[in-house]
Amino acid sequence: MCEYTAKDYKKGQPRWCPGCGDHFFLASLHKAMAELGVAPHDIAVISGIGCSSRLPYYMNTYAMQTIHGRAAAIATGCKVANPNLSVWQISGDGDGLAIGGNHFIHAVRRNVDLNMILLNNRIYGLTKGQYSPTSPRGFVSKSSPYGTVEDPFRPAELCFGARGRFFARAVATDATGTVEILKAAAQHKGASVCEILQNCVIFNNGTHDSVATKEGRAKNAIYLRHGEPMIFGENNEYGLMQEGFGLKVVKLGENGVTEKDILVHDAHCQDNTLHLKLALMEGPDFPIALGVIRDVEAPTYNDAVHEQIEDVKAKKPYHNFTELLYTNDIWEVK
Amino acid sequence: MSDSLEVKELDHVVVRFSGDSGDGMQLAGNIFSTVSATVGNDICTFPDYPADIRAPQGSLTGVSGFQVHIGAGKVFTPGDKCDVLVAMNAAALKTQYKFAKSTACIIIDTDAFGEKDLEKAAFTTQDPIAELGIKNDVIAAPITQMVKDCLADTGMDNKAVLKCRNMFALGLVCWLFNRDLNIAFTMLREKFAKKPELAEANVKVIQAGYDYGANTHSSVAHTYKIESKTKVPGKYMDIMGNKATAYGFIAAAEKAGMRLFLGSYPITPATDVLHELSKHKSLGVTTVQCEDEIAGCASSVGAAFAGALAVTSTSGPGVCLKSEAMNLAVITELPLVILDVQRGGPSTGLPTKSEQTDLLQALFGRNGESPMPVIAATSPVNCFDSAFYACKMAVEHMTPVVLLTDAFVANGSGAFRLPDLNEYPAIVPPYAPAEMKGSYTPYTRNEETLARYWAVPGSEGYTHILGGLEKDGRTGAISTDPDNHDKMCRIRAEKVARIPVPDVEVQGCVEDAELLIVGFGGTYGHLHSAMESMNAEGKKVALAHFTYLNPLPANAESVLKKYKKVVVAEQNLGQFAAYLRMKIDGFAPYQYNEVKGQPFVVSELVEAFTEIYNK
Repeated sequence: MCEYTAKDYKKGQPRWCPGCGDHFFLASLHKAMAELGVAPHDIAVISGIGCSSRLPYYMNTYAMQTIHGRAAAIATGCKVANPNLSVWQISGDGDGLAIGGNHFIHAVRRNVDLNMILLNNRIYGLTKGQYSPTSPRGFVSKSSPYGTVEDPFRPAELCFGARGRFFARAVATDATGTVEILKAAAQHKGASVCEILQNCVIFNNGTHDSVATKEGRAKNAIYLRHGEPMIFGENNEYGLMQEGFGLKVVKLGENGVTEKDILVHDAHCQDNTLHLKLALMEGPDFPIALGVIRDVEAPTYNDAVHEQIEDVKAKKPYHNFTELLYTNDIWEVK
Repeated sequence: MSDSLEVKELDHVVVRFSGDSGDGMQLAGNIFSTVSATVGNDICTFPDYPADIRAPQGSLTGVSGFQVHIGAGKVFTPGDKCDVLVAMNAAALKTQYKFAKSTACIIIDTDAFGEKDLEKAAFTTQDPIAELGIKNDVIAAPITQMVKDCLADTGMDNKAVLKCRNMFALGLVCWLFNRDLNIAFTMLREKFAKKPELAEANVKVIQAGYDYGANTHSSVAHTYKIESKTKVPGKYMDIMGNKATAYGFIAAAEKAGMRLFLGSYPITPATDVLHELSKHKSLGVTTVQCEDEIAGCASSVGAAFAGALAVTSTSGPGVCLKSEAMNLAVITELPLVILDVQRGGPSTGLPTKSEQTDLLQALFGRNGESPMPVIAATSPVNCFDSAFYACKMAVEHMTPVVLLTDAFVANGSGAFRLPDLNEYPAIVPPYAPAEMKGSYTPYTRNEETLARYWAVPGSEGYTHILGGLEKDGRTGAISTDPDNHDKMCRIRAEKVARIPVPDVEVQGCVEDAELLIVGFGGTYGHLHSAMESMNAEGKKVALAHFTYLNPLPANAESVLKKYKKVVVAEQNLGQFAAYLRMKIDGFAPYQYNEVKGQPFVVSELVEAFTEIYNK
C-alpha cells in the first residue's frame, strides 16, 4: 500500500469566508483520507449545492459537484456502478435534509456504502441567510423576521427513522474528533452518516458555541467510545446512567455512584433506542454526544446488488445478447 | 369438417379480442398473433388496456381489448377497424362494437349476456344485438357452458375453468382462419411448463372451440386463409416495443463493452422496460428502482460518471422531474439515455393512452442553453434500433440523448427478425488516451466531434472534477467569465449539431409527389398506410418520416422544400411543424393534428390528406 499525506488529497485554494467551519472540516477530511490510505484515484467525492458543497473543488480525487439535493442519489448510482470506489457525499443541512431529504433517507434505508457527510450550520449560507430545516423553532432569519413557526429535523432522528446503521457527530473545529469519526465512517460498510457541527460566521455565528472550543466541549459534550464508560466533565466528574425510560446525568462519588454504575457505550448494539437517546441529548441538562454513536453491521445495498447478479449469472443459462434472444419463442421463415 | 365450407383468401385481416380485464384477452390475442406470424404472415398488434387495474367485473370501464392486424404482405398498423370482433361479455360488445367493420363477423359468449350482465353494460333492453343495431354475422355461442362441459372431468374448480374461456374463443378464431392449432399447443405447453395440467386444460379448450366451429359451421358463409407473400427468411420472435427498447440497451452495452445501468421509477407506460431489464442480471445488467423520478435520473448520472452505460426510463411527467439531472448530464457532458415513453398529458393526463406531446419538452424543456439529441422510434420493432443508436450516440458524443417512444409503440408488437450483432456498428467510447495521463483535463475535446475525452474514476493519473457550474473550457475550473460561458454554450451546441445522422428517406412517389406527408416517431405505420392507400387511388403522394429529430438529417431542408404541398401529421397540436418552421426558413406546411390518445385512423388520414391534395 502506498503512503499518502494530507497534501496528496488537497487541491486549490478554498473560497469560503475566513473562519468558516468548512475550512476546518476540509483539513480534517484530507487528514482522514491520508490516514485511511485510499489512493486519490479510488475516491469519488460528490456534493450537491451550497457553501459546503463547494468542497469537491478542493479535492485532488475524482469529484463531482452536482445539483441541489441530489448528491445522495448521484452518489448511489456511482457506488452501485463501481463498488470499488470510496464514495463520499458532502451536503449541508439544506442540501441534505430539505431539498434532498428524500434521497437522504432512502440512501440510508438501502444502506448504500456511502460516507454521508452532513455539514450542519442550521442556515442557508449561499443564498445569504434563510432558516434551514435544522434551525430551531423561533429562529429569526431573513426569511423568518418574526421567528420560525416550525420544528427542526434532528438529523439523528431522521437517520434512525430510516434504519441508519451508522451515526457519528463531531464539531468542525475539533480536528481530532472529526478525523476519528471520518475514519470510522469510511471503515463502516454501509451508509455512514456523520453530522458535523459547523459554524457559519456570517449568517449564524455561534450556533454551536457551547461546543466550539475545547473548553466548551469539556463542559458541554461527551465523547462516546465503544466499550468505554460514558464519563464527561472538565474533571471527568460526571457520568450517564439509565433511569426508567430515559438517561440521567450523575456526579461520580455523589449518592454512592461509582464508575461501575455508569453506562458503557455499545455502538454495535442492534437496538437503536439508547443510541437515539444519546444522539438527541442537548444542553443545558445534558451533554451533546460526540463520536461514533451507532455503528452496526448490515448487508450493503451495493454488495447485495452485485451478489444477486453473480447468483443469477450462475443460475441462468444465457449470458450474452444472442443467448438472450433464444430464450424467446422463435419461429423460422424459410 | 370445414372443408365443405368455402375458404376465402385474404390479403389482410384485423381481429379484435375483447372481454373483461380478467378474461385473458391479451393472452388469446398474443397466441393468435404468434400462430399467424409463425406461418410467415406479417403482424402488427395493439393492446387497449383499461386504466383501472381491476375495474368491477363486467363493467364498461373494465373492458380490455387486443387488436391484431395480419397480412399476407407487410402490415404497418394494427388496423383501423376489425374484420372479426370477439366480445366475451355484454360490456365488451357495447364498448367494442364501434371498432367493427360493417362486414365484420362478431363472436359472442351468450352465457355472458344474462340480465345482470346486460344491466352492468347499461343495456336497456334484453336484446343487445338489436339495441346496438348490429346487422353483422354473429356467432352466438354458449362458450362458458361449453368450457364447463369440456373441463367437467378435470377436477378443476369453477374459477380456474372460467379462466379458460379465452382459449375457446381463440380456438374458434383459429378455425375461422384455418390456423394450425399445433403451434398454439406448443406455445401453451411452454408457457405452462410448470403446470402441465393447466396447459392440457387450455389445449383441450382450444380444440373444443375449433371443433365447435368446424362442426356447426357456426353462422358464417366461409372461413378465411391468409397466405404469406413477402416472407423475409430468418428467425423471428414477437416483440413488444418496450421489450425491444430494453433489448436495444442490452445490445448496445454488449457492443460497447460497458455495464448497463438503469435508474428508474415505476410509471405507466414505461415500467415494462424496468421489468424487462431487471430480469437480465445474468447479462450483468444493474437496475435500481429509485425513490423517485429525480433519483432515477440522478443515480444514472452518477453511474455514468463511474463509467457505466447509463439509462433512465420514464414517461412525460417523469421527464418534468428528471430535467434538472438531465441538464447536469448536459453540462458535465456525460453519456446518458433518457427514455420517454410518451403518454397523454398534461399532468397525469391519460396514463395508458398514446400521444406525441413531449417533443418540445424533449427538445427544449430545460433551463439554459441545453442542446440534446432526440431520437423517436417508429414502430415496436424499431424501438430496438432506436435504443441501440441512442446509446451509441450518447457514448460516442458524450451527451445525454432523449429516446422518444410512445404508449402505442411501447405496448404494440410486431414480428422481430432476430438481429445479428455482428451486423451492427461498433460503439467506441472516447476514453482518454494514455498520453493524457498526468495532464488530463476533463474538457479536452476531439477536434472533429467536439466530444470530450472520458476518464473513469479508478484510473490513476486522471483525477478531475465535473460539476453543474460553468467551467473554463481549457482547465475545467469554475469560471464565470462572460466570453468563456458564451464559448462553452456554443461548443455544447455545436457538438450536438455535428452528430452525424442518416438522411430521412422519402417513400412513395419520390420524384413527382404532389403532396409530401411528414411525420415522426410512432405514427409511421399509419402515415405509410395512408400514403399507400392514396397511391393506390392514383394520387401522387410521398412520405418523409423522421426518426432523428435533433440534429435533423442533413437532407431535411431539401426534402421538405422539394414538394409542392407538405402536410405535417402528428399526435399533438403542431409541435413538430413548429420545430420544422423554426429550423427551416420559409417552411409553411399544412398540418394534421389529433390529440385523442388513440392511434391515427388511416381512413381519416386519407380523407384529410385528400382534401389537402385536391386544394
